[in-house]
Amino acid sequence: MKVQLIDICHARSGDKGDAANVGLIAREEKFYPVIKQYVTRAAVKKHFKGICLGPVDRFELPNLWALNFLLHNTLGGGGTVSLKHDAQGKTLAAALLRMEIDVPAALMKKKKAK
Amino acid sequence: MKSKIRIASGQGFWGDLPIAPIEQIKLASASSPVDYMMMDYLAEVTMSIMQKQKLRDPKTGYARDLVEVIDTVLPDIVDKNIKIITNGGGVNPEACRDAIFAAARKRGIKIKVGVVLGDNILDSIDELLAGGNKLANMETGESLNDVRDRVLSANVYFGAWPVVEALRQGAQIVITGRTTDTGLTLAPMIHEFGWSENDWDKISAGTVAGHILECGAQSSGGNFSADWKKVKDFTNIGFPIAEAYPNGEFIITKHPKTGGLVSRQTVAEQLLYEIGDPREYITPDCIADFTSIHLEDLGRDRVKVFGIKGRPATDFYKVSMSYNDGFSASGTLTYTWPEAMEKARMADKILRGRLKKAGCVFDEVRTEYLGFNSCHAGLTPTKEAKVQEVVVKFGVRGKDKKSIEEFGRNLAPLILTGPPSVTGFAGGRPKPSDVVAYWPALLRKTAVTPRVIVEEV
Repeated sequence: MKVQLIDICHARSGDKGDAANVGLIAREEKFYPVIKQYVTRAAVKKHFKGICLGPVDRFELPNLWALNFLLHNTLGGGGTVSLKHDAQGKTLAAALLRMEIDVPAALMKKKKAK
Repeated sequence: MKSKIRIASGQGFWGDLPIAPIEQIKLASASSPVDYMMMDYLAEVTMSIMQKQKLRDPKTGYARDLVEVIDTVLPDIVDKNIKIITNGGGVNPEACRDAIFAAARKRGIKIKVGVVLGDNILDSIDELLAGGNKLANMETGESLNDVRDRVLSANVYFGAWPVVEALRQGAQIVITGRTTDTGLTLAPMIHEFGWSENDWDKISAGTVAGHILECGAQSSGGNFSADWKKVKDFTNIGFPIAEAYPNGEFIITKHPKTGGLVSRQTVAEQLLYEIGDPREYITPDCIADFTSIHLEDLGRDRVKVFGIKGRPATDFYKVSMSYNDGFSASGTLTYTWPEAMEKARMADKILRGRLKKAGCVFDEVRTEYLGFNSCHAGLTPTKEAKVQEVVVKFGVRGKDKKSIEEFGRNLAPLILTGPPSVTGFAGGRPKPSDVVAYWPALLRKTAVTPRVIVEEV
């Protein structure tokens, strides 16, 4: 079944030079294994095609039910140089929450029933 | 030793909510005490702005609003014995201190102010280079020689310890230059609880508290994505307060009866803000491990933060330099129905054609369609034909100032010489502004020494 990340996550983004960081946090602990499995580096890179021009790093923070993504070469040269309207990547958290993942219904059901 | 101290956040950046620090002090009471207030004023670009101000007038180069805030709260902080720690001294902490002394004298108040100096290495770059410090760009590896003659500002990020020294000497207000945001919060914990330099878990805990406080209300309901409608009374949003304990545990909260929200989720979002590898949050004071942080929502705007682990600090300071990198300008026009997007795209084509005809040279020309897809390009489901009105934003950047000026001259003419139903050209011709680029580097800690001066007036 298709799940849009905004239904199971919240997020915050900001800048680190020309890279944007997007922290993706599961709304409940039970959703952390789901995002850990399905919101992969490759999926995020594909999602941000046209925005993120460099590689994507992914870090796991199970303690906060969160993943942290670094999207390299994304902010048009970084905060002070960039001509981008969102030069600091502030809205990229919301952009990631648009993403849909295809999760086996059983997984979501089982998790929900828990 | 105190059994706990409470550190309030008063400012998350230069230009943050002006009333916030004043309310943090005003609302401090026996039932909601404040022992310290930290205020962060410095972003990467800020130092170059301040350096330029100082070049024009040697009595400037710090956050002037800071002096206004301190003047306002001065009687109250003396009365309530609240200490203020801030990096608003920018590139001229001594001038900032003198302005505070002048305000205090006017009010007839005696106050001890400490300054932390030595972070500003602009005048010793050549000496440092000669001494074998390369100051290469830590992101790209490029040599500083490429931009050496265009450097505008250069500052070392100091950590908590110089501030601790100022507190030890009895300063009630500590004004620093480029001290890390986290150091401003960590310092009073070290000072009050007597933490040792190599107690890495506790030093990291104080650093994490600093990360939570350093962006003001971003941990107490501001910019909260999980459920922003649940945040009460944004108008009177309360800035966060860290209630710290000697064992390194702390509670994030805010004054009662203020707006905002402190929850597991608001704190978690701030913890994820602008971090890289969470296992290596590097400051001059330690390497904090964000994967060790535990949160417990205690309810009623209180979140306990505990379990934090850390590792020894590195042998390097981070250096933040800024340099001139050409010019840029930008301007907007607004197109409406019918065919708003088609017209906006045509305007872009016309403008680019005219600039090319004029022989302009740019490093970058960027056109964005605000209201359509400027932020989430490629991810929005909106069909172009459905767009009712759009703000088209043109931006140019380059080394040739004449080309940037030519861009400014060619924007307004689009109104009479391009597609119809266009408006929104206000504020005159876009003028070229200096592009200030950022040069991060590393410097051996032994190469610079912080200086602390505490004086009373």
